[in-house]
Amino acid sequence: MDKDGHTHHISQQFNDELERVRSHLLEMGGLVESQVTDAVHALLEADSARAEAVRTNDKRINSMELSIDEECIRILARRQPAASDLRLVIAVTKGITDLERVGDEARKIAEQAIQLCESGQSPKGYVEARHIGGLVVRMLHEALDAFARQDVDMALSVVEQDKRVDMEYASAMRELVTVMMEDPRTISRVLSIMWSLRSLERVGDHARNLAEYVIYLVKGEDVRHIGLQELASKIKS
Amino acid sequence: MSPESVSTPRTTPTHGVNMAALGRTAQDREIGKEEICLRTEGLELFYGDKQALHGIDMQIAKKRVTAFIGPSGCGKSTLLRCFNRMNDLVDGCRIEGKILLDEQNIFDRSVDVADLRRRVGMVFQKPNPFPKSIYENVAYGLRIQGVNRKRVLDEAVEKSLRRAALWEEVKDRLHDSALGLSGGQQQRLVIARAVAVEPEVLLLDEPASALDPLSTLKIEELIYELKDKYTIVIVTHNMQQAARVSDYTAFMYMGNLVEFGDTDTMFTNPSQKQTEDYITGRYG
Repeated sequence: MDKDGHTHHISQQFNDELERVRSHLLEMGGLVESQVTDAVHALLEADSARAEAVRTNDKRINSMELSIDEECIRILARRQPAASDLRLVIAVTKGITDLERVGDEARKIAEQAIQLCESGQSPKGYVEARHIGGLVVRMLHEALDAFARQDVDMALSVVEQDKRVDMEYASAMRELVTVMMEDPRTISRVLSIMWSLRSLERVGDHARNLAEYVIYLVKGEDVRHIGLQELASKIKS
Repeated sequence: MSPESVSTPRTTPTHGVNMAALGRTAQDREIGKEEICLRTEGLELFYGDKQALHGIDMQIAKKRVTAFIGPSGCGKSTLLRCFNRMNDLVDGCRIEGKILLDEQNIFDRSVDVADLRRRVGMVFQKPNPFPKSIYENVAYGLRIQGVNRKRVLDEAVEKSLRRAALWEEVKDRLHDSALGLSGGQQQRLVIARAVAVEPEVLLLDEPASALDPLSTLKIEELIYELKDKYTIVIVTHNMQQAARVSDYTAFMYMGNLVEFGDTDTMFTNPSQKQTEDYITGRYG
């Protein structure tokens, strides 16, 4: 289906309704993306004011999830969408669940940042957080971009990047365990960093899910829980 | 946890649900794996100079529901009416190609049209009961076949009315006029009349479009019950209805068969853009 596939209905009102949920998802996505960026920034720069702002903003994301869900339910009840319209509504309801969870992860990182600020900062593990943070923010950005443009190739690339994030996360874990063994006094602070890295890794998973919904939306293929190779061949077919 | 409970094989908790009774789960349908009841080969139909059907090749699976959808004038009713040669009655109608019912061409000279129409029954958009009693409406087809014994007729009438889910509503007034029934009851009566002669195929041309939503649901439920015994082909303008009742869906446009496939795929991920545009209500 083409980029503006949900338009051109005989019912202009239906066009508007679909366009509205689509834009609302992207709006929510934009906010979530900046939440993650801010949370990572707050962590790295020990900026507790910004961390506090992330915590407050999370409530907005939650209420956005509720209202978009409500819009989708209304469309299902009133329009009984079929084919690509149905896939759009389903992709949006699933997508916002993942986005809301990304918001939760950003809030958790912000909370760790606040804790670290209070206990005096430690430079250990910040390199990893910066690195993985950069990777997952890019993934999230590209997943949302892929959704906006209905770009399957970009969605596929997001799915591929998730593998790399998982590897980086595993190696960061190993390294931080070594740090804790060398100097047990750092344990509590390094644990905070580990929790944050864990959150970032989860953000990557959610971005991947979002990318998979884009593939479902455009191709009509459910590509969850399959290997990368099979996924790529399904997209080509 | 005790070691004993670890070694005992686990059973999945069902929370009181009788899983075996859940017969209505969605099934993967594939026309290639079905027994075929009706088949058209290069079917072309002309009304005078105007061609109404263009080279239709289609397979209708046995004991399944196949729905024809498409905009007005796309040829879906015309195609449906070919299956029991109703178009023979139309002046200037010419047909080329084949329709095979159990591998026999229904246009063969050897085929008796009356017998064909017994094997392939039809129900129309507007209920058309005869101005007779309920009983006589259902018994009509059998009487024509020469069945006159009261006991046989009584049994057949009850069986057909039960099958059409009408028995409970009319059993105390079988000899009242059929015209006193509601629209939805009349339509089920017509279906009972059609099944009384034990057809193989039931053709339903917009069977619920003149009925209120509840009667419509009763007809749809009936279609679900009837497909155990009959092959059903239904023409409908109501796309949700096609999605609800059918196993296979054919989308027709301007006399062509644009897409044919299992209903789940047709309504979630059709392969043709024309199909997509039609079922989602876009400009054609």
